[in-house]
Amino acid sequence: MKSGSNLEKVFEQGHFAVTSELGPPKGNDVGVIRKKVDFLRGFVDAVNVTDNQTAIVRMSSIATSAFVIQMGMEPVMQMVTRDRNRIAMQSDLFGATALGIKNIVCLTGDHHTFGNQVHAKNVHDLDSVQLIHMVKTMRDEKTLMGGEEKIEGEIGMFIGGAANPFADPFEFRALRTAKKAAAGVDFIQTQCIYDMVRFKEWMKMIRDLGVHEKVHIMAGITPLKSAGMARYMAKNVAGITIPDALIDRMAKAAKGSEEGIKICVEQIQEVREIEGVHGVHLMAIEWEQMIGRITESAGLLPRPKVD
Amino acid sequence: MSSFDPKIVAFCCEQSGVPAAEMAKHLNLSLPERLELVPVPCSGRIETLHLLKALEGGADGVVVFACHEENCRYLKGNVRLKGRVEYARRILAKIGLQQERLEIFRLATNSGVKFAEFLAQKADQLGQLGPNPGKKE
Amino acid sequence: MIKAEQKPIEEILEYLAPHDHILLSGCGACVTVCHAGGEKEVALLASALRMARQSAGRPLEILEVTPARQCEPEFAQELTDTIGRVQAVLSLSCGVGVQTLTRHFPVTPIYPGVNTAFLGETVEHGLWAERCQACGNCILEKTAGVCPIARCAKQLLNGPCGGSSNGKCEIKRETDCAWQLIYDRSKSLGQLHRLTEIIPAKQWGTQSRDSGPRSIAREDLKV
Repeated sequence: MKSGSNLEKVFEQGHFAVTSELGPPKGNDVGVIRKKVDFLRGFVDAVNVTDNQTAIVRMSSIATSAFVIQMGMEPVMQMVTRDRNRIAMQSDLFGATALGIKNIVCLTGDHHTFGNQVHAKNVHDLDSVQLIHMVKTMRDEKTLMGGEEKIEGEIGMFIGGAANPFADPFEFRALRTAKKAAAGVDFIQTQCIYDMVRFKEWMKMIRDLGVHEKVHIMAGITPLKSAGMARYMAKNVAGITIPDALIDRMAKAAKGSEEGIKICVEQIQEVREIEGVHGVHLMAIEWEQMIGRITESAGLLPRPKVD
Repeated sequence: MSSFDPKIVAFCCEQSGVPAAEMAKHLNLSLPERLELVPVPCSGRIETLHLLKALEGGADGVVVFACHEENCRYLKGNVRLKGRVEYARRILAKIGLQQERLEIFRLATNSGVKFAEFLAQKADQLGQLGPNPGKKE
Repeated sequence: MIKAEQKPIEEILEYLAPHDHILLSGCGACVTVCHAGGEKEVALLASALRMARQSAGRPLEILEVTPARQCEPEFAQELTDTIGRVQAVLSLSCGVGVQTLTRHFPVTPIYPGVNTAFLGETVEHGLWAERCQACGNCILEKTAGVCPIARCAKQLLNGPCGGSSNGKCEIKRETDCAWQLIYDRSKSLGQLHRLTEIIPAKQWGTQSRDSGPRSIAREDLKV
C-alpha cells in the first residue's frame, strides 16, 4: 500500500469510489466543518478539502483536514502551488502526514486575481506535475526533492491530481494527464462533466495512452441547481462546457433543483459504464446536504467497508 | 463679449484648411485679430510636440483644420492626427489646462464660411476661458 | 527589448517640486523604440512640464538631452558637465539607465520618468507584449520557442491549466494562452511528442534573481 488510506483500499479492492468536496470556513469557525462533515459522513469514501479555492482566503486545508479526521471522516487534502514554494510545501507534507492525512490532490490552483487578495505575489515555484513528482519522491525515495537527504519517517500519501477534459487545446488534455501519470499520480479527479460526448472522447484518448491502467480516473460531477446556474457556468467559467440540451432541460423542468439531482444521478450511471472510470468525484458546491440523496439514488450506498 | 483677444494658432492642411482660409479671406469674412495660420502638407505631418509647443510658445488655443476622415490625400494622415490630438489633450488635462484649447475642425476646400465661423466661436470660447496660463511670459 | 511606460505627469511633478532647474534625459535605445523615452518623448514631456509649472507660477527650466544609450558608462560620463549645471535629473530611460546615472553622479538626485515594465517585442505599431522574464536558464528549445515563464500567468512548465479556452487565457481573456501557442507550434513543427517530456522544476534559487542580482563577467574583454 502507498498510504493505506481508505480511498486507496476502495480502489485496490476494485470498488467504484466516491469522493466529495468540503470548502473550509472563511475564518476559524470549526462548526462549519462539522456541519459539512455531518452531511457527508457515510456517503463518500473520502472528502476533498480545498486549498483556498478560487483564491478566497479560508482555513488551511491541513488544519481543516485534521479536523475532518477528528470528526470521523477521511480527508483528501488539496495542495496548490500558487501560495507556497517547495520549502513550505515539503514542510507542510511532513506536518500533514504526521496529522494522519493520507490523501493529497496536487493542483496549480486558481489564479490569485480571481480571489480576494488580488495584490498578492503568486509563487508557482512548482507546477502541479512537478508537485506530484515531489510528493512521489518523498514517499517512494524517502528523500526531499532533488536531494539525497533522507526524510525522518514515512510520507505515506495517496497522490491525486486533476484533469480538465473540457479546456483547450483538447488534444493536449489527455497528454497532460499522461504526464501526471508519469510523474507519479495515483488517481485523477476531473472537472465537472456536462458534455458527455467530449468526456467519452477524452477517456478514449486516456485508454489509447494506457493511462487508465496506471491511474484511477474519477469523473467529476456537479449537480445543477437551476437553469440560471447552468447558463452562468456555461458563459463565465472557462473550461466548463454545458450542452444547450441540458440547459433547456433545466429550464423546462417544473423544479430546477429536482431536475438537477435527476440529471446528476443519470450522469453518475452513465460514467460508471465507461471503461477506465473508477469512481466519481461529487462537487456539490455549498449543497453538501444533497450528497446523501444523490449517492443513494445512484445506487452508490452503502459505501464499502475495506478495513 | 470676450474679455481679451486670444491668440490662436491654426494648423491648416493644404488639401482643405488652406483653400478654406483663402476662400474666407477672398470673401472678406472676419477672422480673429490674433490668428497665426500654419500651412502643412497634410494634417498627419503635425506631431504632438508641435501642438504643445504652440501652446507653450504663446497660443491661447490651437486649432487644426484637417480633411474629413476617409478623405485624406495621404490615406491615413488625418487618422494619425486624431490620435495625436487626443494624446495631447490628455496631457493638457493632466497639467491642468482646459482641453478646449486644442481642437480639430474637419472641413472641405470650399468651407470658407465654416472656417470663419468656427474661428469666431473658438475666439469667443477662448476669450471666456482667459489667457493660457502655461504659455511663456 | 526593454519596454517602459511614462509615469503619470502628476507623479513626476510631485517629485520635481523642490527643483527649478533640471536635466531631462532620454535614451536612444529601448525606450525610444517603445515611444516612452526617446528624443521626441523628452521634448514632449519637457514642454508639458514647463507649461504645468508655468501655470503653477513656479517656472521650471529644463535642459533636454538624449544619449544613445544611457546605460553605458561612456554615454553617462558625457553628461558630466550638463549634470553639473542642474539640481536634478529626470530620466526617461529604463530603470537600468537611471541607475547608471546614479552610479556616476553621487550628489545629484536622479528621478525615474518611466515605469520599466517588461522585456518584450513590438507586436504591431503601438502594441508591445511581454516575451521574456530573464529567468537565467532559457527553456525555449523545450517549448517550441514560446516562453511559458513570461507568457503563462501561472508559469506552468508542463502544459495548460484548466483555464485555457479557445486559445485564450481565462485571466486576461484578450491574451493568448501560452500553452495553446506551444501546442500549435509543436504540431506545425511535427514535435508533439516532445510535449510528453516532463520539464523538471526550475532552479530559480540559484539561476534567477532569487539568488540576488546577477552579473556576467567576461575576463577576455576586460582591460
